[in-house]
Amino acid sequence: MGLNERSLHELIGLLERGEASLEEIIHDLYRAIEEKDNSIRAYLELADREELLAQARANASKPLRGLPIAIKDNISTVGFRTTCGSRFLRDFEPIYDATVVKRLKAAGATILGKTNLDEFAMGSSTENSAFFPTRNPHDLERVPGGSSGGSAAAVAAHEALAALGSDTGGSIRQPAALCGVVGLKPTYGLVSRYGLVAFASSLDQIGPLTKDVRDAALLLSIIAGRDPLDSTSIDGDNVDYTRELGEGIRGFRIGLPREYLREGLSEEALARVEEWKAIFKDLGAELREISLPHTEYAIPTYYLIASAEASANLARFDGVRYTSRASEESLEELYSASRDRGFGPEVKRRIMLGTYALAAGYYEQWYGKAQRVRRLIKEDFERAFQEVELVLTPTSPTPAFKLGERVADPLQMYLSDVYTVPASLAGLPAISVPGGEVGGLPFGLQLIAPHLQEGRLLRAAYAFERAFGPRPARPRAPGGRRSQRRARTGP
Amino acid sequence: METVIGLEIHVQLKTETKLFCGCLADSAGPPNSRTCPVCLGMPGALPVPNKRAVELAIRAALAFHCAVHASSTFARKNYFYPDLPKGYQISQYDEPLASGGWLELEGRRIGLRRLHLEEDAAKLVHTEDGRTLVDFNRAGVPLIEIVTAPEIRSPKEARALLQAVRRTLRYIGVSDCDMEEGQLRCDANISLRQEGSRAGTRTEIKNLNSLKALEEALAYEEARQRALLEAGEEVEQQTLTWDAAAGRTIPIRSKEEAEDYRYFPEPDLPPLLIGSEWLDEIRRGLPELPEARRRRWRAEYGLPEYDIEVLTEEREIADYFEAVVRLYPRPKEVSNWMMTELLRLAKEGEIRLGPADFAQILRLVGEGKLNRAAGKGLLEEAFRTGRSPEELLAERDLLQISDAAELSGAVSAVLAENPQAVADYRGGREQALSFLLGQVMRKTEGKADPKLARALLLERLGPNRT
Repeated sequence: MGLNERSLHELIGLLERGEASLEEIIHDLYRAIEEKDNSIRAYLELADREELLAQARANASKPLRGLPIAIKDNISTVGFRTTCGSRFLRDFEPIYDATVVKRLKAAGATILGKTNLDEFAMGSSTENSAFFPTRNPHDLERVPGGSSGGSAAAVAAHEALAALGSDTGGSIRQPAALCGVVGLKPTYGLVSRYGLVAFASSLDQIGPLTKDVRDAALLLSIIAGRDPLDSTSIDGDNVDYTRELGEGIRGFRIGLPREYLREGLSEEALARVEEWKAIFKDLGAELREISLPHTEYAIPTYYLIASAEASANLARFDGVRYTSRASEESLEELYSASRDRGFGPEVKRRIMLGTYALAAGYYEQWYGKAQRVRRLIKEDFERAFQEVELVLTPTSPTPAFKLGERVADPLQMYLSDVYTVPASLAGLPAISVPGGEVGGLPFGLQLIAPHLQEGRLLRAAYAFERAFGPRPARPRAPGGRRSQRRARTGP
Repeated sequence: METVIGLEIHVQLKTETKLFCGCLADSAGPPNSRTCPVCLGMPGALPVPNKRAVELAIRAALAFHCAVHASSTFARKNYFYPDLPKGYQISQYDEPLASGGWLELEGRRIGLRRLHLEEDAAKLVHTEDGRTLVDFNRAGVPLIEIVTAPEIRSPKEARALLQAVRRTLRYIGVSDCDMEEGQLRCDANISLRQEGSRAGTRTEIKNLNSLKALEEALAYEEARQRALLEAGEEVEQQTLTWDAAAGRTIPIRSKEEAEDYRYFPEPDLPPLLIGSEWLDEIRRGLPELPEARRRRWRAEYGLPEYDIEVLTEEREIADYFEAVVRLYPRPKEVSNWMMTELLRLAKEGEIRLGPADFAQILRLVGEGKLNRAAGKGLLEEAFRTGRSPEELLAERDLLQISDAAELSGAVSAVLAENPQAVADYRGGREQALSFLLGQVMRKTEGKADPKLARALLLERLGPNRT
């Protein structure tokens, strides 16, 4: 077992005891990347190995010991480009570090590279990257999920020890589920968004994708906390989420929303759900059926709100600044030609949808109504959490689908997020942990907790992970094509 | 036909830093030197409100008697333009900081609709070779927008209202309102209506950035609309710009081309909550406003209206006046001296003469220890040098000679030296007395009490023939 297959907390222990060196760890990571990333294509850009090693050594005495972390390429990182998977930003080198990157560096992490994503985090398969799709390490014909598909695939393929992603409607949890890793979306506001290139500001949250629950707790402890640079950030400083991990969940009441299990799940998937229930019962929890009655409106509500915010957030990419100025005929022409060339089809689709939702005369009917439904969905959860401590669902209705399978059918693609979107709309913390297989592919379990109850969430996820058994089988080593790899991949 | 005018006034707040970041708001540095990821709208950057800007906006709202809302929201105003770094402006829309309120104009109240906070855009610089450059120093500088009700009845009144806004905002330290610097900008809506009927179609004139442009553009537009209506034609709803050189308005947009700004609540900023304690604190910190001060002065000092207007125009001057009056309670005299002497000198530079010193000069003159001319000389010197009048007096022996014995020597000498003038006076030439008096003043280096000198001269000369 290569050192790259170990979790962060294991490696910290090995380094402390002198049983492994940073050089060996980084060596194993780069070997895995060289072997596999030609076919998986998780990375858009990779750190120079020697520079990384030097930085790692300089941080060896800090809590994270210089261990390298991969960062989704919509998080501002000095020294790398931050492309957001878009032609618009293919050459964009940010002049500042996102708050999460600052915090990671301060804790002694180093930055391994920038991972692929759907353009501006819009998508559920990483096929919307303007550069190339990322493939699922468990089956190269299949997608890794999205939009944090690069981060999930890198962790699953052991091309990264851990990674950061961003989740707007499921973009951490769904790819974590499809790649068989742990993915945590914190409470909205717990982790600073400063430096995260905005998709939908009222929903976006940064979180970790890791090999196990303890690593998720470890990284969350580092990146969480009030940031004066983000007015929507909330207090959560100095919480060590790893401390209470092992305290068990005896007496917890866990709710299963009947609306989630109604349709669209295969028998095999339902069988997994039954196994999960049995495990939670064994752990001393009580399972209850609950109702979240407005669930069916979550997807349209989400697409209206997220697209409306995105239409404004992406307005700055206009050809006046950044790359991709396509014409200078006239100002009008500069805008339309630049944006036509700079954005891919999915981004254009959402800008159109969002612009329409905000238009005079339609605002109340679309955006206004979506905001009211959002409140109802939030209230559904508030009511549910009066009778249960946690909500349990599958993370995604299906395991990884094939590349190209849903590209032509955006609605089918959007339904990949049907279980993850409600918690996003409600701003609640949620985690996806590996929950066995469906059709020979990883299938994830999602737990949702009340506002700021990350401690409870992680405790339950940890208990499940331990009871469920060892990590799922290592991904089948991707065979096939091997081609010359560039040190800097990407556009 | 009745003229209906409403103004939208943008005012730059006098803060050290910008509205949503820590960059300096002075826009003085070289182009793009006052910038950071936030005001450049770089991907991933987020706004954080400037408390001082909120405080100044509240001050303004209170001064205009607006209702300041306990909770208001920021909103995004979406449009594309190269001076707009994010592709939207952070402003306020359906829940502004304050609403209602009024301004008093010659005893008449003009209503205000709202007052809200927003960020300024960048500045476009057009080069001679036809390129356009963007300077982001101004991007994100805090502004308030004040919208009046359509209750202004003439271009002249519009001008007076803008002046009143400027006066008040300067008074309370919210803005310097330097129109040449773009710190006070104004758009105007104007329509005509038949007496008592509904308002007619209105036009909007953009960027009226001087009092003169405001009044002239409105007068032009008023005449243009009247001519159209009287000819039985219709006024088209348009956005116009004022061509000052040509003296006419030029259409820039019709109603059909009006932009849809797709306002929606700014998700990067939580609602702006203003606690009643903070509000009270700001209220307590407000100085007496110009209108209230004028009313009080009328009652307390009985000054002429013109004096009141001039002396209350700026807060520093009004404060100065009151400080002097406290020490030397003859308001009219203080006012005369300030209007003729101090304000003239104040144009040259900062007033370095304290109210106490000023009052002392007045007292010396009032008590006859210093004649008027010497008093003015002393004032001027103290103003220019910043030295105290006492010091100057001691140095210069300027005190008036008001002792008859001391003065009679000079009078005798002058009479002896000017026999022709004496004869002229006695022969009936009244003007000869002024000449002789002048000579006495000259001989005493201006220190003679002119009244006493005149009396002594008359006594010695005896009655003339007339």
